[in-house]
Amino acid sequence: MRLFATLRLALRALRRNKLRTVLTMLGIIIGVGSVITAVSITTGATKQVEDRVASLGQNVVTVFSGSFTGGGMRGGWGSAPTLTIEDAEAIKNGVANVVAVSPEVRDRMQVQANGLNWRPGVTGEGPDYPQIRSWGIASGSMFTEQDVRSVAKVCVIGKTVVDQLFLDGDPVGQTLRVRDIPFKVVGVFESKGFNLFGQDQDDVVVMPYTSHMRRVSRATFVGSILIQASSASAITGVQRDINELLLSRRRSREPDFTVRTQLELAQTATATSRIMSVLLAAIASVSLIVGGIGIMNIMLVSVTERTREIGIRMAVGARGTDILVQFLIEAVTLSALGGLIGIALGFTASKIIASTMGWPTLTPIWWVVVASASSAIVGVVSGFYPAWKASNLDPIEALRYE
Amino acid sequence: MNAVIQLDKVEKTYHTGEVDVRAVRGVSLTIQPGEFVAIMGASGSGKSTLMNIIGCLDRTTAGRYQLDGVDVSGLNRDELADIRNQKIGFVFQGFNLLARTAAVENVELPMLYRRNNLSSRERRDHAMGALEIVGLSDRSGHFPSQLSGGQQQRVAVARALVNKPALLLADEPTGNLDTQTSIEIMGVFQKLNDSGITIIMVTHELDIAHYTKRTVVLRDGLIVSDTPVTNRLHAGNELSRLKTEQKAVQLD
Repeated sequence: MRLFATLRLALRALRRNKLRTVLTMLGIIIGVGSVITAVSITTGATKQVEDRVASLGQNVVTVFSGSFTGGGMRGGWGSAPTLTIEDAEAIKNGVANVVAVSPEVRDRMQVQANGLNWRPGVTGEGPDYPQIRSWGIASGSMFTEQDVRSVAKVCVIGKTVVDQLFLDGDPVGQTLRVRDIPFKVVGVFESKGFNLFGQDQDDVVVMPYTSHMRRVSRATFVGSILIQASSASAITGVQRDINELLLSRRRSREPDFTVRTQLELAQTATATSRIMSVLLAAIASVSLIVGGIGIMNIMLVSVTERTREIGIRMAVGARGTDILVQFLIEAVTLSALGGLIGIALGFTASKIIASTMGWPTLTPIWWVVVASASSAIVGVVSGFYPAWKASNLDPIEALRYE
Repeated sequence: MNAVIQLDKVEKTYHTGEVDVRAVRGVSLTIQPGEFVAIMGASGSGKSTLMNIIGCLDRTTAGRYQLDGVDVSGLNRDELADIRNQKIGFVFQGFNLLARTAAVENVELPMLYRRNNLSSRERRDHAMGALEIVGLSDRSGHFPSQLSGGQQQRVAVARALVNKPALLLADEPTGNLDTQTSIEIMGVFQKLNDSGITIIMVTHELDIAHYTKRTVVLRDGLIVSDTPVTNRLHAGNELSRLKTEQKAVQLD
């Protein structure tokens, strides 16, 4: 018997009991629909996290100075000043696959301009900082290597600082006072928004690290060093080489610094979504099993109801396999149709959530494939026993069945 | 010419619990092409069992059964299904049409299970041809529930004919029909038989058996008589006689 004719037969049988068909499919519809919705939400969220990780810069390796220990109390990474500008120079000149290096000194202090004051992050960096962080300059320009050498009183400010202190007009060329020292604003960063941890990245005043250390913070050590590797694949090697280089520059065998990569950060961020995915898969399999039981139940009822029909078909020459295939296709049609409706509903639901709640949602195509494949498999598995039972009926008994 | 049916000491024993029931105990029967045979007997005489064996729905316990030159005693389920599909057309007492399925699609059913597939157009043409033979081509789109008992049985006959079987097997075909419709169906059978189709009919009604050419009577699983029908009735004549009688009753 032809597949197409069998398929038409299955569709007709399902159409005859519309309510029952819909109720049977409901298990699969709800299961697949909720999984597609949930997957769309988590994928959207993961994508957002990944974008934010990327906003930290490209192929960035960061060296933090060691932790401060005093009187039994230990500070966190960066609390003890151990890294020097010379360390940064050594990394720049001595480690392969390093494109850019920027020593970094961070602080937060009161600044004034136009009779207003504000407390942004005040950071000392090298001229390659925008390149390392993939951070464009909106107006003006970044300070130069010359400014670093000459300990120039210049700075580049973030969007938030502009909004707070320079209410009218372009801040480039205007003056900003840090600790009563006038700094000339030479550039404004593009807006970058909040980072992974909810901090406003635009609330910043960036100046040459030399100016920061000698004029503002009077620090002799740098807090951290930002390094950009030439490619993502070079990151691990760069991390290892920096470790070795810095260790060889110290007398102590105990490292008083730590080298972190963006990769590790991304891994922490995506670990959460991986757990979510596993959970979703678990929910999906449970709902598919429940749906499958529903289908098996209805197919068993259907076989009993249609015993006489099976008898007639066998009498006119249907083989056992013909009957088996007929009922199997009916079960698969039931579950696959339910799966498709579920996918459509889930997709619609995630779009509605995206537009009403403002969550970013994304429906990955391979989850759609997985959902349709598994609902078809559920149909085969749950339809097999009823179909096998039907195909093994005795034609004489089946014909006599009332 | 080869016999259509050749039964040789066929036996059928059912094992039901403690007791063995010997439903058929050694039946030998030969039926030639073009015959119209009535198999008669009281209930429990084994005629239904014999019918199932002849129809390849059941297998013999002992003995040999040759259908249209093929020994079917040793065939498995699938092979029996193919034999039923190609060599036998069934007509049942309860019509056994698929409900909510148009007459023409009911007639197409046996063609769906042919090993050599037909196109849907060929199937439709064959089915319409079979309906034409039983005089129902104008009802092809009707569901069984929209047809009278006689019309449903005609659809069943058309379904039995559609694969051009060697044998038409009817199990109490008039059991659910009134006298006039019964005679009409016997008329269809006689017409088919006249065109050369072999028919075996199981019945317990003596007057229905009179439309056949040969009567085989079973009792306790054995053939007790096998005689040609001498005073054979002709459906056309009987029908007009019945109509005259009905008129007479109304005139009184």
